[in-house]
Amino acid sequence: MTALVIRGGHLIDPAAGVDSLKDILLKDGRVAEIAAPGKLKQANGAVGPELQIIDATGLTIAPGLVDIHVHLREPGQGYKETIATGTAAAAAGGFTSVAAMPNTRPVNDSPEITRWMQAPERGATIRVFPIAAATRGSKGETINDYAALKSAGAVAVTDDGSPILKDSIMRETLAAAARVGLSVIQHAEDTRLTQGASMNAGPVAFKLGLRGMPTEAESGIVERDIRLVTELRDTRVHLHVAHTSTAAALLAVRQARRSGLRVTCEVAPHHFLLTEEHVGLYNTNAKMNPPLRSAADRDAMIEAILDGVVDAIATDHAPHAIHEKEVEFEHAPNGITGLETALGLSLRWLHKEWKMPLGRVLSLLSAQPAALLGLKGRGTLAVGSFADVVIFDPKAEWTYRARDTKSKSRNTPFDGWTMQGKVRWTISEGRIAYDSAS
Amino acid sequence: MNPAATPARRQIHPPPAPASPFPYNPGSLLSASDLSLDGIGHILARAAALENQDPLTRARILAKRRVALLFYESSTRTRTSFELAAKALGADTTLVSSLSSSIEKGETLKDTGLTLRALGAEAIILRHNSSGAAWLLEAETRLPVLNAGDGMHEHPTQALLDLRTILAHLDPTTKTCHPERAKRVEGSASSLHEITAETLAGVTVSITGDILHSRVARSNMLLLPRLGAHVVLCGPKELLPEIAAHVGPGISIERNFETALRQSQAVMMLRIQAERLAGLQLDLEQYKADYQLTGQRLAAQAPEAIVMHPGPIIRGLEVTAGVADGVQSVILEQVRNGVAIRMAVVERALLPGNKQGDRA
Repeated sequence: MTALVIRGGHLIDPAAGVDSLKDILLKDGRVAEIAAPGKLKQANGAVGPELQIIDATGLTIAPGLVDIHVHLREPGQGYKETIATGTAAAAAGGFTSVAAMPNTRPVNDSPEITRWMQAPERGATIRVFPIAAATRGSKGETINDYAALKSAGAVAVTDDGSPILKDSIMRETLAAAARVGLSVIQHAEDTRLTQGASMNAGPVAFKLGLRGMPTEAESGIVERDIRLVTELRDTRVHLHVAHTSTAAALLAVRQARRSGLRVTCEVAPHHFLLTEEHVGLYNTNAKMNPPLRSAADRDAMIEAILDGVVDAIATDHAPHAIHEKEVEFEHAPNGITGLETALGLSLRWLHKEWKMPLGRVLSLLSAQPAALLGLKGRGTLAVGSFADVVIFDPKAEWTYRARDTKSKSRNTPFDGWTMQGKVRWTISEGRIAYDSAS
Repeated sequence: MNPAATPARRQIHPPPAPASPFPYNPGSLLSASDLSLDGIGHILARAAALENQDPLTRARILAKRRVALLFYESSTRTRTSFELAAKALGADTTLVSSLSSSIEKGETLKDTGLTLRALGAEAIILRHNSSGAAWLLEAETRLPVLNAGDGMHEHPTQALLDLRTILAHLDPTTKTCHPERAKRVEGSASSLHEITAETLAGVTVSITGDILHSRVARSNMLLLPRLGAHVVLCGPKELLPEIAAHVGPGISIERNFETALRQSQAVMMLRIQAERLAGLQLDLEQYKADYQLTGQRLAAQAPEAIVMHPGPIIRGLEVTAGVADGVQSVILEQVRNGVAIRMAVVERALLPGNKQGDRA
């Protein structure tokens, strides 16, 4: 039996409606007791070598963060990231659960790979939830065996990066996933409209001489998918729109929700903070897909987050080796890292700058994404939940340095940015996964 | 359509985009917008002075300095004129082209640039098929990099030689261009035309054709309006999107070729870049009917204008042979001006002590 007491901290657990000073006892990987300061019953008699005490005076205690969109690159691309390094970066960022996308080499379209990713040999410091490919090889043609994938541990299906364009296949995917209770995540991009494009279509792309991705490439697929969900008339169907970047796509999600459909969406920090102007003069660390959009689209992301239309903040952590990004802009791979900067940026901008209550910001980073993918016992610190905790100094301002990253890659546009909220400890199922002092 | 267009209920102050670190090297010429008006004036003055200098004296300016020409795309005019310009100043040049080098074996632009630097290259002249390649090369090598055309993006020396050509035909008092005014440029061009924000005030330059894929158009759109010119872009929607007018001030779009011609003192025609159309289907017969510069159109709409073309010309497509060879054509003068401008730009790259091209 191992036990851990967190004392003196301010607990914010939005899902449980807690926002006050609390002591917490973690035991056997679960939350065993929560009490007013100094009032823990079970801990009183148990002082000994097996009881570890964390002094969280002046710090905020919250449910460990949940990122439902990361690329851990294993199997197949360990030079960019491994499950061990990716989860170490996640823990440093306050995350205790990540959902890993299936665009690995080979594509995770089988129960074997799904289990391989969760095996202890991978060295994950926090919990990894695989998201399996929706179709074989993510080629958009043959539906995978979702029941088998689910029992192997997959929490959703997607062909992320290779969106399902055929209406019939997408309809079948939505229906089949609903039958086994899995969500379908769509990277909404009509790739017929984005051939050879490397940034948002618009005046900046024109000026830089780059081919642009029109916003319709995203919103068109979101609208198509919502139409398919409507036609299926099955309340179990859950469509989740990944990394929403356009005002038009958000509008479609808003309307779908108003019609009572189970359609959710996530927004990445770079899409609520940056615009196409941040591409500057061909900064490949500002190249990702979907691309940075116009200021109007970015403002729509902020509005939708503040309004509650957005269900989750997800990073789309997409590590790439330095040499892959040191090339001509149009040849550079899409994606940026994000696990270590999501909390610091969210607190710095959503909370401090745009006055979103701390509890709501944390909810977007934990309770809501956990609920969205049905991760039971995650995203909350109610008694009986997993002992997934982040302890951070909410007031601390610090500067992010990409060279200090725990990730194998450092392709971030946020190098040198001011962050707010410094993670002190991250605890995953009762074990300390990150300690800023060590 | 756009929900963001509704008035924001909250005051949102988002993080600003960072300032550009480019150019790292004061000798670089990456974009036409890197140059201040004084810098442009200095380059024009040096071009005129170098052109008229005794060749033996001139060849001592950069004697035995090393300049590399790195060409990932085929080129006749730009490559030859850069090479002749560097040699005229006494520099040793070496040409690396993508088809006869380790680039074929997969060497990256970064490694090729670092290799050239290790071989002693003091400046690199880069022609590349990817937009932004010159910025990448400069960031990685920190050498003076002269952008000799990057993808669909920019071709700043072409804009400078186009400017020199326009000025040679410009009557500074009436602000009109005359084909006959094709004087041998004597003395300094800038003694004729002081370079200010008013130098080209009242002058309209039309650029017609494949604007979308044209780096020549983009560099001219950035350069000429800063001297007061009005740039009129003309072409069909497929080759000229509406957003082109947003590149900067002093730019407008005119879809009707006759209307564009009527306003123009200088008529710049562009080739359709078949290699960059990327699946775009274009009805060439319709294009010619609407936008080909014929002798008849020219005589009817712009009988006094100069006719320019950056080359290569596809005779019988964007211009007729008669217009290309006609009295209003200054196309070969542009080519000749290319050598003078590139002498000035290569000199500026390697003699940073001479502040010929102050940054903007």
